[in-house]
Amino acid sequence: MGQVIVITSGKGGVGKTTTTANIGTGLALLKHRKVVMIDADIGLRNLDVVMGLENRIVYDLVDVVQGVCRLKQALIRDKRFENLYLLPAAQTKDKTAVSPEQMKDLCDQLREEFDYVLVDCPAGIEQGFKNAIAGADKAIIVSTPEVSAVRDADRVIGLLEAAGFEEPKLIINRIRPDMVKRGDMMDIDDIIDILAVDLLGVIPEDERIVISTNRGEPAVADENSKAGQAYRNVTRRIEGEDVPIMSLDVEPTLMERLRMLFGLKPRK
Amino acid sequence: MDFLKLFGREDVSSKDIAKERLRLILVHDRANVSPQFLEMIKSQIINIISDYVDIEEEGLEVKLTRMKKDEEITVPALVANIPIKRIKHVARA
Ligand SMILES: Nc1ncnc2c1ncn2[C@@H]1O[C@H](COP(=O)(O)OP(=O)(O)OP(=O)(O)O)[C@@H](O)[C@H]1O
Ligand SMILES: [Mg+2]
Repeated sequence: MGQVIVITSGKGGVGKTTTTANIGTGLALLKHRKVVMIDADIGLRNLDVVMGLENRIVYDLVDVVQGVCRLKQALIRDKRFENLYLLPAAQTKDKTAVSPEQMKDLCDQLREEFDYVLVDCPAGIEQGFKNAIAGADKAIIVSTPEVSAVRDADRVIGLLEAAGFEEPKLIINRIRPDMVKRGDMMDIDDIIDILAVDLLGVIPEDERIVISTNRGEPAVADENSKAGQAYRNVTRRIEGEDVPIMSLDVEPTLMERLRMLFGLKPRK
Repeated sequence: MDFLKLFGREDVSSKDIAKERLRLILVHDRANVSPQFLEMIKSQIINIISDYVDIEEEGLEVKLTRMKKDEEITVPALVANIPIKRIKHVARA
């Protein structure tokens, strides 16, 4: 029996869909797991585009729930990665087209056949959020190192705990090591300290994410992407491996190199 | 470090300002206290102590904040500022 993991955040645009696509692809590609990703963002579907599967959609999540088609018919198999499937969201309906009970049934059906069921949650804490978490047994929270995103993450962690989730895990996305270094961005320890949750991974800001999204190919499969490397690490941690958080040290600046040359300690 | 003093100071990193603001925001969010709730506390405080002192009601301030318990630990604190006009006779007895 597989596990159902919801990827959520509260605040919009922090990287839930990117994270879902990369973890899903990572688990299928690196660990040969059978994975299905559900786009629970009804009305604003995105996961299909990030995965480059938008031209393959025939049926969607709402069709399945309303009995228009069978579950199998709506699942899109990703031809590039064996064992990777997508259940797309409906684009023209709204969130009330699905109930939490129906989502739970759907997830329970899918976990019979898949090792992982990943649910890409919409932004917010309303109906769409309630639907997305209804069938899940674990949760991954995505936040960026900004006050508003961390605040919303805290709110969501509270709601998840109230809903019976134990130990949600945190992914900090879009870290900029150069800004952290000069004291203009909260660092990992600050955020972990404030939210008091376990860290699942840290994803650097990386323009290759934009490039890979343009192409519809998740960065986790891109050898040259730092964010891709970070997502590969996250994938291995989900599988229980003990992988240290990768160091995001920036290249020393010219000034710092000069200081080192003269035997001075680099300023912290 | 008093976080109010952080504002307008260029030598304090913006990350420290962010952290301190975030901590204070979360004190409120987590306590889930509404402004109405603080108003309720306010009016009850007025009720109780006006038997003993005349207070300046407009100046009365009740707020949630953070307070250092010792070097390491900071805890949420309910702080009331109550300006007194006059101590009543009963209170001196
Ligand atoms: N590590 C990163 N580096 C650079 N760009 C990123 C990174 N992570 C996400 N992005 C970009 O940020 C944007 C938002 O990402 P994404 O769609 O995954 O967020 P979301 O949380 O799913 O948003 P929504 O709440 O609207 O569903 C996208 O354009 C994505 O390419
Ligand atoms: Mg999304």
